[in-house]
Amino acid sequence: MTKKTVRIANGQGFWGDSILGPVRLMREGPLDYLTLDYLAEVTLSIMQKLRERDPSKGFAVDFVRMIDRVAADLVKKDVKVIANAGGVNPHACKDALLEVLARHGLNDMKIAVVEGDDILDRLDELMAEGEEFRNMDTGEPLSNVRDRVTSANVYLGAFPIAEALGEGARIVLTGRGTDPGLVLGPLIHEFGWGVKDEALLAAGTVAGHIVECGAQCSGGNYTDWRKIPNLAMVGYPIIEANEDGTFHVTKHEGTGGLVTRDTVRHQLVYEMGDPDRYLTPDCIANFASVRLHDEGNDRVRVDGIEGSAATDTYKVSLSYHDGWKATGQLTISGPDALEKARLCADIVWKRLAYDGFEYGPDERMEEYVGSGVCHAGIDGGETTDPPEVVLRMGVKGPDRKKVDRFGSELVPLVTSGPPGVTGFAAGRPKATEIIGFWPALVKKERIPTRVHVFS
Amino acid sequence: MKVPLSRIAQARSGDKGEGSNVGVMARSETAYAFLKEHLTTEVVRKHFHAINGAGNVTRYEADNMHVLNFLLSDSLGGGGSASIRTDAQGKTHGLGLLRMELEVPSTVLDATPED
Repeated sequence: MTKKTVRIANGQGFWGDSILGPVRLMREGPLDYLTLDYLAEVTLSIMQKLRERDPSKGFAVDFVRMIDRVAADLVKKDVKVIANAGGVNPHACKDALLEVLARHGLNDMKIAVVEGDDILDRLDELMAEGEEFRNMDTGEPLSNVRDRVTSANVYLGAFPIAEALGEGARIVLTGRGTDPGLVLGPLIHEFGWGVKDEALLAAGTVAGHIVECGAQCSGGNYTDWRKIPNLAMVGYPIIEANEDGTFHVTKHEGTGGLVTRDTVRHQLVYEMGDPDRYLTPDCIANFASVRLHDEGNDRVRVDGIEGSAATDTYKVSLSYHDGWKATGQLTISGPDALEKARLCADIVWKRLAYDGFEYGPDERMEEYVGSGVCHAGIDGGETTDPPEVVLRMGVKGPDRKKVDRFGSELVPLVTSGPPGVTGFAAGRPKATEIIGFWPALVKKERIPTRVHVFS
Repeated sequence: MKVPLSRIAQARSGDKGEGSNVGVMARSETAYAFLKEHLTTEVVRKHFHAINGAGNVTRYEADNMHVLNFLLSDSLGGGGSASIRTDAQGKTHGLGLLRMELEVPSTVLDATPED
């Protein structure tokens, strides 16, 4: 009997990633599964608003467009797709998808929807049962901001995805789930791993973490960037996984980018906390046990991964209205660019104060981009005489009118400030909502999940 | 010899709640042993004084990858959507740390290939 290897790629690292990632993965070599991540922490809150205005919205439309481009190949190459594109309206996403598939003559393709993550409508019931949803960073109970909550989604694990694949789904749509779960799900399905196989679940979780940001493990955002060939045509990452939990990280032959021990460990440290305890709903993975073996030719073998049992809680991602913000910018040319930019900022605050609008130190911001903003206070990170500078200013606070008022004092500098002020084409900055992020925990036993299959 | 940290390490950073994490990856085992001793939370806290303000710095170690992981607790000007800074996700903090000038013994430099 030949040993089975399963090829799982990630073609979308975040909401806004290039459509060429998945399109090229479908073209440029063999694959068994294509995974795609469309959700960031505040994405669901935005989607919730879109759905309130129009009940057919609230999911990642990019995903449907992408499927439209690769539909024929999905069948020809027998590739299954797993995406958290459902957002807060997975059934609307499914309907849009069925429409696209029908246009391609693919009427019998099974689509599964994983449900149970969206608990916005259940919040009061869960709070009455004793769930406090205390903020994991500050310890505050959710009751402090309950009336301003705009979305509430549980990070579900990988088992519902495996269940959907077990029922024959070719495309699995989820709402909020963990990013690594998109990869772990198909591994559970293919190899029959169980909830007690903690080391295997940890291995699949590490595999998922390595590819979850797309090209960030294959040469993107890499310290020694000059060493990376052909970033324009960077190959998105592929996991070649084995039943025993070992796997290779690689990319399609002939693509740009680079997969080495160093590019892979760049991604392992990304957004890392305590490496001994990477918590997911499926297991606790130990990143300090990961062994990386560089085999050359864009192949890194990974093994040695240890894990332990998951906790009895899910992480919940809540968002709430947290005030207003506005930012705007002008470009100021030299000579004396920085000195003039400082004068400009001073003028703006003084004119606003004259009109009764004063902003506290935590409510206002000014940056002199080009003189050393990203590395402020760091030796070598700042300069006092840049040839030109971008003056970026902003305010925030609970009062929308006060935030909007700021926006109307930036552009007048063009004619009433020092000379050399330009770059005002974007016009007056307007107040936009600050979406606060509220991480919390909830008991798993209170969160049932469901899998529906359609075709 | 005085060299920038980038001579003996790589780095990547990103957001973590209201702060950021900076993963420092030594370019050799010898460099890792040196950094474990010298790249302390105190040194990193001072380096990021203007960015992290009065925030804390915590350090974790992952010997298997020659990684020191630093958590800066208040380096984003408010987390996520609340920040109005340019680098609201701390994407550039890794390179900011690699700018640090360090006195590194020649034994460590000799054992550490340049990138």
